[in-house]
This record gives sequence, C-alpha cells and structure tokens, in this order.
Amino acid sequence: MASDTAVRPARSRRSSRETAPVRPSLRRARRRNLLAALAFLSPWIVGFAVFTLWPLIYSGYLSLTDYDVINDPSFVGLDNYAQLFADPKVALALGNTLFYAVLQIPAYVIVSLVLAVLLDRAGRASGFFRTVFFLPKMTPPVAVGVLFLLLFNGQNGLVNGALGLVGIDGPAWTTDPAWVKPGLILMSLWTVGSSVIILLAALRSVPEDVLEAARLDGANGLQVTWRVTVPLISPALFFIVIINTINALQTFDEVYTAFFGGGNTTYSNDAALFYVIYLFQQAFEFLHMGYASALAWLLFVIIMAITAVQFVVSRKVVYYEGGDR
Amino acid sequence: MDSARTATTMTASAVVLGIALGLGGCAVGTGGSATQDDTDYDSSAALTGKLTVMGFGASDEVATSRLDPTKEELGSDVDVDVELIEGDLDIQQFLSSVASGQPPELLYANRDQIGSLAARGALLPLDACIAGEGIDTGQYRDTAIAQVTFGDEIYGIPEFNGIQITMANGDLLDATGLTLDDVNGSDPAAVTAASAALAKPDANPPVIGYDSKLPEFLPLWAKANGADLISEDGRTAELDDPAVVDALEWAVGIYDAQGGFSSVKAVRDSADFFGSGNQFATNALGAMPMEQWYLNVLNDVSPDAPLVFDTVRDRQGQPLAYASGSAWAIPAGSENTAAACRWARVMTSVDAWQAAADARLAARQDEGKPFTGILTANVEADEAIRAMVTSGGEPWDSGVTAMYEANDHTFSLPANPADAEFKSVWQDAVNRVLNGQQEPQEALGQAQDEAQKALDKAWATLDGE
Repeated sequence: MASDTAVRPARSRRSSRETAPVRPSLRRARRRNLLAALAFLSPWIVGFAVFTLWPLIYSGYLSLTDYDVINDPSFVGLDNYAQLFADPKVALALGNTLFYAVLQIPAYVIVSLVLAVLLDRAGRASGFFRTVFFLPKMTPPVAVGVLFLLLFNGQNGLVNGALGLVGIDGPAWTTDPAWVKPGLILMSLWTVGSSVIILLAALRSVPEDVLEAARLDGANGLQVTWRVTVPLISPALFFIVIINTINALQTFDEVYTAFFGGGNTTYSNDAALFYVIYLFQQAFEFLHMGYASALAWLLFVIIMAITAVQFVVSRKVVYYEGGDR
Repeated sequence: MDSARTATTMTASAVVLGIALGLGGCAVGTGGSATQDDTDYDSSAALTGKLTVMGFGASDEVATSRLDPTKEELGSDVDVDVELIEGDLDIQQFLSSVASGQPPELLYANRDQIGSLAARGALLPLDACIAGEGIDTGQYRDTAIAQVTFGDEIYGIPEFNGIQITMANGDLLDATGLTLDDVNGSDPAAVTAASAALAKPDANPPVIGYDSKLPEFLPLWAKANGADLISEDGRTAELDDPAVVDALEWAVGIYDAQGGFSSVKAVRDSADFFGSGNQFATNALGAMPMEQWYLNVLNDVSPDAPLVFDTVRDRQGQPLAYASGSAWAIPAGSENTAAACRWARVMTSVDAWQAAADARLAARQDEGKPFTGILTANVEADEAIRAMVTSGGEPWDSGVTAMYEANDHTFSLPANPADAEFKSVWQDAVNRVLNGQQEPQEALGQAQDEAQKALDKAWATLDGE
C-alpha cells in the first residue's frame, strides 16, 4: 500500500511533463547535454561502431554472399546457410566443440573453486600461490599449444611419464582421436589462474558472521562450504561459467597451433577440428569468407541460446544478496 | 517512453550507426583490382618509387648476397625504396592488404599458393613482364613453371626448388644385411620387409624401421606407383585411383607393422631433429625420404653419423622427386609493377644465384665444411652451382649426387583454383587413415568427392558458369 502511494505521484509528474509544453530554453539545454554526453562518449562510440557494430552488420551481409576477399561479394541469398546444414564438417566441428565444452567447463570451474578454497585457507602463503597459479595465464596461447605437444607426447611426454610412475600406460594424447580432446581439456586447466583470483575475491567477501552462525547451528566444514559459501559466491561462479562457456565454444589458438598451424600436417586430426578452427580455415585458407560469415552467425546464435538458457537457470540457482541482479 | 527520450535514443542510435557505416565503409577494400597490366616493361628503364616485398626474409647469405645486387639493379640507392615484410607469407596479412586496397608491390609465395590467388584475380599475369624484362623462361625447370602457370599464363617467377632423397642409417642396414636398394622405394615389398627387419618398437629407446613420411609424401608414393592425385589440367581429382589407394595402403602398412602411426610419430617427435641427437646419429631410424635441405643439417650437426643416400625411386627403379618451392608474383593493384618485375628477374638470374653460391661457399669454407650446393628452379644456375660444390667425403658426396639426380627427375601437381582445399582434403584423408578412423579406400573415396566438389565449384566460378 505504501509503495502504491509512493509511485502514484511519480506517474502523475511524468504525465504532466508529457503533456506540458517544453520551453525552448529547456530544449536547448537538453540538446547541449546530449551533445556533451555524446562528445564524452565518442571515443567508445567510435571504437564500438567501427570495430564491433560495423563488422557485425557487415558479416551478416557477407553471410548472404559469395566472397573471397579479393573480388566483390556476389549475393547468393541463403545458399551459405543451406550449405551449413549439408556440410558434414560443420556437424563434426560442432560436435567436437560441444564435447569439449561440456567436459571442460565443469572441470575448469571445479578446479578453480578447489584452488580458490585452498588459497583462502592458505594464510600468509596465499599471495605467493596466487601469483604461481596466475602465471600460466600469462603464457601466450601459441606457447601453450606447443607445450601441449611436448607434455602430452605419448612416448616421452611428462604426463605419460608421471602416469608411468603409478603404473599407468598413458595413451597417445596427441594422435589417438579418442584421447585428443581429453588431453586438450586437461591442458586448458593450465590457465585457471584468472578464475581462481575471481573466486578467491568472492570467497573473501563472504561475511564471517554468516559462516559463524552456520557453525554455531552445528554445520560441519563441508556443509558450511556447500550450503553457505557456495550460494553466497554463486554470482561469481555464474560469471565464470558464462565467460568460460563462451571461451570454450570459441576455442582456437592453442588447438590450432598444436594441430593445424604452420604446415602441421602430421598432427592434423579430425578430433581436434573445433568450430572456430573450421571457420578460420574456410575464411583464410580456402577464402570462402561468405560461408565463414554464415558459420560465425550460427555460432553467435548457439552462444546466445546457451547463454539465455544459463540466465534462465541462474534465476533458480544463483543467489544475489539483496535480491538484485 | 516520452518523446524527448525517444528522440535522444534515436539520435544516439543514428550517430552510432552513421559512424559505423561511414568509418566502416572506409574499411571496405578495393580488392579485386583489374588484372589488366598496362606497364611498359623495359629491362633498361630507370625505375622509381617504392617497392614493398611481402613474405621474403633476408636471413642468410643466400638471400643477402642476391639482395644487394638486386637493389643495385633497381637503383635502390637512388630512387627505389625497398621495404621487406619479412617472414613466411602470411596469407591473412596479404588478404588484409588486398582488402584495404594496399597490396604489396611484390609477393614471395609457395608455388602451390599461386593457382588459388591467380584464379581469384589477386595476381597479375607476367607475360608482359617476362617479355619486357627479357626473362628467359626456358632456363627454368618445366615442373616449376607448370606450378605457376594457370590458364596458359605464367603468374610467378620460380625461385628455390625442393626435392626429396632417401636417407638411411648405413650401420643399421649393414647389421640387418640390407642395402639402399631395399629402402629406396623401387620395390615396395622390399621396403616393407626392410622396415620390419630394422624396426625395434619395444626397444629402449625404440627404433623406427622405415618412415614413409605420411601424410605429406602421398603424392610421391602415388607417383612412384604410376598415379597422380589430380589430372594434368587441374580439373579432375584422381584420389580414388586404385594406384593411389594402393600407394596409401602400402605407406600406412609400414606404420601399422611398427605398432601404428601413433607409436612411430611419438618416437619421431622425441628426436632432436635439428641437433646432434637426431634420429640417424642416435640409431633411432633406419631410413626415410626427406627434403634435400636436411642433408645440410645432418652434415652440420652430425658429420660422423653413419648415413647413406640415394634418390627415391619409382617401381621401375627410376629416380623420382616431388618438386615444390617458392616463386615471385606481382599482386593485382601493385603500384610498382616495373620494379617488382625487375626484382623477380634479377633475384632468379644465373648471376644472382652464382653470387649466392659464392657467398655460401665462402661461409662453408670459413666453417671448414663442404659446400653441398643450392637447388634452384633455374637449370642453368643449378649447373653453374653444381660445378662449385666441394667434396665433403663420403657419405656426403653421394648425398649431393643423389640430390642433383633427383632434381633432374621431378614432377609437380598442376596449379588449380582450389589448391588449398585440394591439399587439405587429401591430407585429412590420410590422417583419418593414420588415426585408424577409416580404411584407405573409404578415406580416399570420401576425399575424392570432397575434392571434386571443391574443384568443380572453383572452376565454375572461374569459368563464369
């Protein structure tokens, strides 16, 4: 009731403003304000317009053309989109990418969370280990791709060497189609550092009195973590899931370097043909820029759909303190 | 929403969209420049202007020794400003330059890239350049010229030449009672048997018997078996030819008999390929075909390794090599075609190669090592350089002899408008077989369909269908 009365005057004010004639001086002032705002925003607006909006619009147009970069685009209607659904490599690349994403995202989040929880309890050593965990993130993706080939070499790689110490005969990670993606998923955990930092910050923002109250109510350590800490840091977890989902679906640098780059014909493997790699091949190796644009739009739609589903699900599983999103 | 806010939103949107369309429109390239070349080429004309060269790096004496006289011939110390965009040709960088309407004046590319670029009008035909500068194309190897010829016009001036020879570990051959004839490819069954005799997959470290160097050498094994991967006119894929399937089955069988490609590759990757711990020096490999430049590497890093050399041979015992290499090409839209053409002529001339050989010979003598020659696409230059080769004793002299013999027995794949896709298709097929996903017949059957579709589409676009 109280809120109703609070809202009504606002509505009536807006209503009277809509109907009242705006004085010319007020209009001029508004225009000046608008121009000033646009002037301040212009660096971002120009950057956004040229480097994001225009490429977005133009790629939509290119997806309806046959374009090889060198010659003018020729309009082909929806042919490129029809070709998408008839191209078995699209299904292969999409399947590989989704397989990778479905396994990599939970693994990445769990490892990040475990490391963050450990760091949170590490006391004074926390700063040192935080730096150590973050350092691999600074490694260029191309170097990670090369490292993958060295570490996961089936014959003398460090990974199989370590497995051998516990009596496990490691697989041919870099050549066996069944093990290529699991190997890449393991390698992706190399760069959990940034997520660990985000989760650590979230963990440290959990109010101590809430945790203490839970303990006083008889909750053990696991219960406190699962029932109190995780819900309180769920916005950070959700952020990591969203960002990592998009990254996983756009995986390119490391895998391309390891399996397809620099005339790497002997590593080329269907199991490592991820969606963006196929897109890149179509655009810059085969010069089918129109078809590649259609591929990009399909990926855009897929990412949007998955993100939308994640947001819907988040309403039930993500807790925002104060109820605001 | 009130009208003022609507107007504000509309204005802001219009501004953003206007900027996007306006500035973005400027980024739309002027690619697809006319491929008509109106330059009046004249080998004695004085040149001016800028010359940007993409894809070429002056990284060793063979490059620098040719670069200096070439610049001199251009008159670079007077009028021509030469700018090198070094490193291997980055096709993405080249396309970006074309799309922005600022292609380099000259391009240094692999010969198997020429067809795709020429078909799309990205390169100028060089007939006028060749005539005006007086370039004697008769000096160049036929296979090299064929790789840069598209639709009866030459689009590149060939430079280096790459071939393969058989390299083997003499000690391992002797220990198993084998000879070079058993591993040079002339008798596939003998190679298979030799590989089985040489291989020790369970030893520590393991030994590879014979490495058939798949997927990259499929064209070589197909040709040795009497087949080509593509028709002479570049229009028809021949990947499902029974002779190609047979060649692939044989080459893959070599790996299967050694525990599969994964095992062989793991051993191959663990070798110190460019160092003294290479697979020949450490007795980790019986034999393999390999590009000729590796002979120089081996001579440098392991001069005492027990190597023996021969050419790769076809089923009739004749030397055989798959030619590849580089070429100079002039992009459509080049603003200094005259200087670009002069550069291509001088850099590939007999005199320039002679200067390169002099420089390499001097460098090798300083190191107390033999000069093993340079392979070019220029027959006359090769003959002149071969006369300068110095003896390194055996087995290196035999290696150089095999190299020059192979260079005289080369074949190449013809230029076609879907070069990159065609190569990707057959290499993917071989990889599917190597990874155990398909049998050779099935993989090459699928590759045949994919390759033919790509060729048909590219040729249809080109033919204006």
